[in-house]
Amino acid sequence: MIQLQFDFDLLLPVLYQGALVTLALILVSAPFGFLNGIAIALGRVYGNRFVSKLCHGYVLFFKGCPLLLLLFIIYFGLPSVGITFTAFTSAVIGFILCNGAYNSEYIRGGIQSVSRGQMTAALSLGMSGMQAIRSIILPQALRKSLPGLANEFIYLIKYSSLAYMITVIEITGAGKIFAAKYFAFFEVFIIIGIFYLALVTIAGQVIARIEKKIAIPGFGGV
Amino acid sequence: MVMHEMTDSEIILRVEDIHKCYGETEVLNGVSFNVRCGETKVFIGPSGTGKSTLLRCINQLTVPDSGSIWLNDEEVTHSGPLINQFRQKIGMVFQNFNLFDHLTAVGNVEIALIRVKGMNKADARKKALLELSQVGLLDKANAYPAELSGGQAQRLSIARALAMDPEVILFDEPTSSLDPELTREVLEVMRRLARAGMTMLVVTHEMGFALSVANEILFMEHGKIVEQGSPSDIQTSPAFARTRQFLGTFHDD
Repeated sequence: MIQLQFDFDLLLPVLYQGALVTLALILVSAPFGFLNGIAIALGRVYGNRFVSKLCHGYVLFFKGCPLLLLLFIIYFGLPSVGITFTAFTSAVIGFILCNGAYNSEYIRGGIQSVSRGQMTAALSLGMSGMQAIRSIILPQALRKSLPGLANEFIYLIKYSSLAYMITVIEITGAGKIFAAKYFAFFEVFIIIGIFYLALVTIAGQVIARIEKKIAIPGFGGV
Repeated sequence: MVMHEMTDSEIILRVEDIHKCYGETEVLNGVSFNVRCGETKVFIGPSGTGKSTLLRCINQLTVPDSGSIWLNDEEVTHSGPLINQFRQKIGMVFQNFNLFDHLTAVGNVEIALIRVKGMNKADARKKALLELSQVGLLDKANAYPAELSGGQAQRLSIARALAMDPEVILFDEPTSSLDPELTREVLEVMRRLARAGMTMLVVTHEMGFALSVANEILFMEHGKIVEQGSPSDIQTSPAFARTRQFLGTFHDD
């Protein structure tokens, strides 16, 4: 049996504080990552040549750039050109940029799978392009891209731990510090693992509920 | 078959010398005609002669290369962002319905009332339900498009167009994807509309409908109107040899 060298009463408050930071990272990044994804996808599909190319370039860049490197650039690199963010803000910015790039690919797929006739019909009723996108195209495209977006959200939960590498003491970081102090890596990281598992499970449940709520008979294979 | 005399009512739509090419292919090769208020014009002709393209040019879903469209003496072509206002007055019904798949029947009808006409939700709902009852779909108000038969779907798309109170409705092969039974229920709605004085341009292969409802039948071939006349003319006058040959149902004396 492993001899516990620490007191759970010491560990739990530390992990609790870290968990709050992790949740904050996720809950702030996800909505903006979602909106970012919509914007990039719309730019790619409906933008003029320049905007479309720009958005495509954005996606290529952030898909190609390792997230950790991106966080290093934002937190450690940008101050040398006079732009300084707190560690937490840097992490959130990195997550939004990266999450948005991936989200945009799912949303773009969703938009392109909406039949052309939907836009045609919307325009024929006198809607502007923007009204048609908002009222007709996006509600359908987002339903179709929900499974992909859900996946990306699950990834976000897990890669939020990278924030530790730029000094944000989220749960993994908090655990690491504690574990090093008491030399209790196994116990601490197992507990943290259970935390992530619980988080992902809850997220999965919520997503399933959303899917059910927005399901439409005969639409999107639901 | 009684012909309505249309000569006195005013011209609401003018189509002048419309040309449209796709690459080398000339789809529309100088098409002109006038539409009087309350009139039903039916376009017939072989596939690929530009009938659907012509309808799409009228509300600028397809922009013609040259020529002009006038609605009540206002130019629809080259109207820039004003086109959205013209399109409210020019309803369109599509071969494959193009219903909004994520909205219920009543949602399909009211969405443009709310978003385009800026109606409040209660009024839009009331008007949408009224339009649904006009096409016999009140009991399907909360059904989604996927839950409707083809005939119901097409009647819904007619209700959606009607809700905008258009001055003219374009029907682009409205029954081509329906079986004969469903076709009948859609044509019945269209027949009622025509009788009620709606101005309609119809591309169709339903000759029974054309002969009984149209004020004028226009036969198109190779991007041009080749022959045009009243249903009775087409059935009797020697000038309509090509149309009758196409229809294959009437014999020259």
